[in-house]
Amino acid sequence: MTQLAIFAVLLLLGYGFGQLAERRHYRSIKKREQEMTALPAIASRHPPSGEYYQQRLVIGSVVVASDYFKSFVANLVNVFGGRIKSYEPLLDRGRREAMLRLKQAAKSQGANIVFNVKYETSRIGGGITTIEVLAYGTALIPLESE
Amino acid sequence: MNVDGTLETEMIVTNLEYYPGMEIAQHLSLVQGSSVRAKHAGRDFMASLKSIFGGELVGYTELLHESREEALQRLILQAQSVGANAVLNVRFSTSSIANGAAEIFIYGTAVILRPAA
Repeated sequence: MTQLAIFAVLLLLGYGFGQLAERRHYRSIKKREQEMTALPAIASRHPPSGEYYQQRLVIGSVVVASDYFKSFVANLVNVFGGRIKSYEPLLDRGRREAMLRLKQAAKSQGANIVFNVKYETSRIGGGITTIEVLAYGTALIPLESE
Repeated sequence: MNVDGTLETEMIVTNLEYYPGMEIAQHLSLVQGSSVRAKHAGRDFMASLKSIFGGELVGYTELLHESREEALQRLILQAQSVGANAVLNVRFSTSSIANGAAEIFIYGTAVILRPAA
């Protein structure tokens, strides 16, 4: 009985705080994405030649966790198979946050574009699904003309 | 590496295959750097508490960042020891090798660059 109560409390806490955290995170992501539209990050491997740039490796990474409720729902869905909707926002948030951090790093270096962007996702630990997303690329920083 | 994800070193490290305005004088070798980190017990406890509620686990973000920094330092050291002045086409890879431990692996091509004629 006690165990069931603890389980129910965890589910409720996970649901409440998880939703809150997700909504807040999305608001912040959308706001920062608006501010970063001037700095493109692309997957092309070939920077323009002829112009003189300094190149610098920049990275952005984040570890995000799902919550107790969503993990429970995902485990249920796992029994029947199919689309696990509760994990999709998690991966989306991770990728967008990592990209924003990459752009922030590039911006602080005075870069105006990031080339050859790659993503990498890895799972961390057991229990509640936690992922790490890494985004890396090469920032091109224009040299000041002398 | 700085906190903001940028690198402070003489060595040119890039994940592109060439450097504008420079040409490759010599390809030296594949260089690599790796680092295996375990989660800190205290951090792990806090993180598992926090993961109930979801959201970013800042402790782990920092841990992996430090780990990546160390691997990158090793890559640069190795590149220096073969006499390179640049590492091109750098790639990152992460694998969780056991519960609570992750390996960060970074590799690239060490080359000598010279200004294009």
